[in-house]
Amino acid sequence: MAEITQHDIVIIGGGGAGLRAAIAVAETYPDLDVGMVSKVYPMRSHTVSAEGGAAGVIKPGDSLEDHIRDTISGSDWLADQDAVEAFVREAPRELTQLEHWGCPWSREPDGSVAVRPFGGMGIQRTWFAADKTGFHMLHTLFQTSLKYARITRYDEWFASRLLVEDGRCQGVVALELRTGEVRGILGKAVILCTGGFGRIFPFTTNAAIKTGDGLGLAYRAGVPLKDMEFVQYHPTGLPGTGILITEAARGEGGILVNKHGDRYLRHYDLGEPLDLGDPRHPLFRTMELGPRDRLSQAFVHEQELGNVFEAPDGAYVHLDIRHLGEKTIDQKIPFVRELAKNYVGIDPVHQPIPVRPVVHYMMGGIDTDLEAATSLPGLFAAGECACVSINGANRLGSNSLPELLVFGARAGRGAAEWAREHPESSRAALEQQADVEEARIRDFRGGDGGTERIASIRADLQAAMESGCGIYRTEATLRAAAESIAELRERFRSMRLDDHSLAFNTELTGALELDLMIEIAEALVHSALQREESRGSHQRLDFPTRDDERFLKHSLAYRTEGVPRIEHRDVVITRWPPAERVYGRAHEAGAAERGT
Amino acid sequence: MTQAPSDATTIRLEIARYRPEQDERPVLERYDVPYRHEWVVLDALNYLKDHIDGTLSYRWSCRMGICGSCGMMVNGVPKLTCSAFLRDYLPGPIRVEPMANFPVERDLVTVLDDFMEKFQAVKPWIIRDGEQPLEEGEYRQTPAQLADFKQFSMCINCMLCYAACPVYQHEDEFLGPAVLALAQRYNHDSRDQGKGERQELIWSDEGIWDCTFVGECSAVCPKHVDPAGAIQQAKVESTVGWYRSFLAPFGRG
Repeated sequence: MAEITQHDIVIIGGGGAGLRAAIAVAETYPDLDVGMVSKVYPMRSHTVSAEGGAAGVIKPGDSLEDHIRDTISGSDWLADQDAVEAFVREAPRELTQLEHWGCPWSREPDGSVAVRPFGGMGIQRTWFAADKTGFHMLHTLFQTSLKYARITRYDEWFASRLLVEDGRCQGVVALELRTGEVRGILGKAVILCTGGFGRIFPFTTNAAIKTGDGLGLAYRAGVPLKDMEFVQYHPTGLPGTGILITEAARGEGGILVNKHGDRYLRHYDLGEPLDLGDPRHPLFRTMELGPRDRLSQAFVHEQELGNVFEAPDGAYVHLDIRHLGEKTIDQKIPFVRELAKNYVGIDPVHQPIPVRPVVHYMMGGIDTDLEAATSLPGLFAAGECACVSINGANRLGSNSLPELLVFGARAGRGAAEWAREHPESSRAALEQQADVEEARIRDFRGGDGGTERIASIRADLQAAMESGCGIYRTEATLRAAAESIAELRERFRSMRLDDHSLAFNTELTGALELDLMIEIAEALVHSALQREESRGSHQRLDFPTRDDERFLKHSLAYRTEGVPRIEHRDVVITRWPPAERVYGRAHEAGAAERGT
Repeated sequence: MTQAPSDATTIRLEIARYRPEQDERPVLERYDVPYRHEWVVLDALNYLKDHIDGTLSYRWSCRMGICGSCGMMVNGVPKLTCSAFLRDYLPGPIRVEPMANFPVERDLVTVLDDFMEKFQAVKPWIIRDGEQPLEEGEYRQTPAQLADFKQFSMCINCMLCYAACPVYQHEDEFLGPAVLALAQRYNHDSRDQGKGERQELIWSDEGIWDCTFVGECSAVCPKHVDPAGAIQQAKVESTVGWYRSFLAPFGRG
């Protein structure tokens, strides 16, 4: 029988969103206790890898209105405008709060926080801690969380199932890696903060842990996954490894050139390049500071034209930052230099860096409202695993870090309110569910009748996603991916583990992850099939234009016993009616987007 | 810097295996894996786990030297395996073992409990007498003030310094390099006023005075945090503080 532990609130995931939520609970209602369940020690969470920065309006000349506008046009009008407004309004306060907690933000000479330009943003508004912003934010949050005695951590526990009874989410079942123990961890409210799922693709900036577990748990509990078809390819990953070279490299003035030395972005309606000596370079919302979806799409066209470098690890172009000089590089983007030297043997002070588009961020996720609540009472979600949505069809760089703070805090407060009003119910039923899950995990671990290695199923899943759901898609590629996934689901039934041990069995957790990855991938493919238009990061060659008549709507994927059921819901439009997305045409841009 | 590609096609790994349910003590097992010029030791482990033996356990995540998960002993030296290239160990074999000075949980996975307890014990958070309201904005901190602690804030908690530390090897109580550097990180932050609260532990026998300044910690640190320098700095400050308490007992501050 599975042991049972009780908390007021259970948080799954110890990254930026989860830690922010935990602190919000502790500060709002110090009498509530929090159980934080994370499959890695919190400081290992993938927030650690975020590099460039966090957007928040604080500087004179900037305005909330402009950040809202940039975010909405960046989203190709698929973001909910009430959500964007709430996000933009609360981001500066959250970033200031991080500052008070000790985050080592880079500074101006007068001691105020410094900001830098970022893609798709019309002004400098991105706070940064050199180019290890996520690292410093995560460590600041983790270290700050240690002062609250009412936060109990379950480090290296893998949450494998939500406990739902009386129509309410009331806890999770989790596996302790160290011992193999399976335990029911009850909470009157549960917050999912498990991050994205870039690992369903083969070539990604995402860490190994980014397998989307929280999405799978919510989906299985009947919660819809929203806008899953929108996959962000970051334009500058290192070939081979997919390691991210931050957009801050372009924010500081880095340029993209093809094998002919041409700043090719000028051919893709992103404006005209300025001379590198021009003090206006880099120009906001232009060329290299265009949005990620458009830059990654431009790469594909250049590749088709034969204008890119070809290599065994995949085609690439050059990101050239040499003109910034060693001093600026070492001061503003030292990690770029470190990574390029270590992983491609290039010193960017002297040579351009090879880069190519790479799966980076998932706009889609667990459907939540502005308060981070899901449709399942008692279940909340925040961070990359959630879709509120503020990112719509394309997230702007430096919006994800403030997003996890704003909505992590909202989730924490919302869950705390909920927990205070709702006592625990039906302990016996929850215990019984935990026992069922314990038996399922035991079967996974013990099963040796099968023949399929999980590594090979995972590799085939990733290959199917890349060929079917890449930067450009068609009905045919998507259908092929859907068929592959259906086959993989069958193959997974006859998977076989080498490892039957109870102690730190990572093959077992790999199998539990893969089980959920297949579900998520299926939701993604079917959402993409149903969206017969091109918008932001979702580009259909068979439906090449945006279709607001039919698709100014969110996709909602519901799990069924067969293929997912896809429904749609209108986007919330308040004050910013849909318009053309304009980059690089500075004068017209203002006019077009302001509707004048 | 980059060497010419080798014509090696495979390389041998000697991996310390310890399965608590069947092994009394760690044993070295040998595996041959493909050699690729651009691979790191972690890539070889992943190949091994995916294609040869699914029972091997180890920690890893970001594979870009920032999450701090994948520290191991590589040929006896503490390394992040995501940053240790096979080509630097040709022709092999490469011996991969769990980080020294920690109990082993399974295979290459060590027990972190001691580190995590000490980490929390030094109160690694901003301590102030009073909070400035958020509405009044950020605390001002000049680039020079930032530079005073920035280096100590770069620690990724990979614990390679503990695996290298000859003092920690023999004295379990020693707070250790990363934790002492962390305390300095906060003590030197212009926004912090908690030095007094951290002082007793830092200056105790388990704190800075245990360090014999061998400097191995700084030598293996992949992020150039220089914990040995942090400890040395704290010692100097503590001595100055001690003298000051005699010379000007009423004039603290």
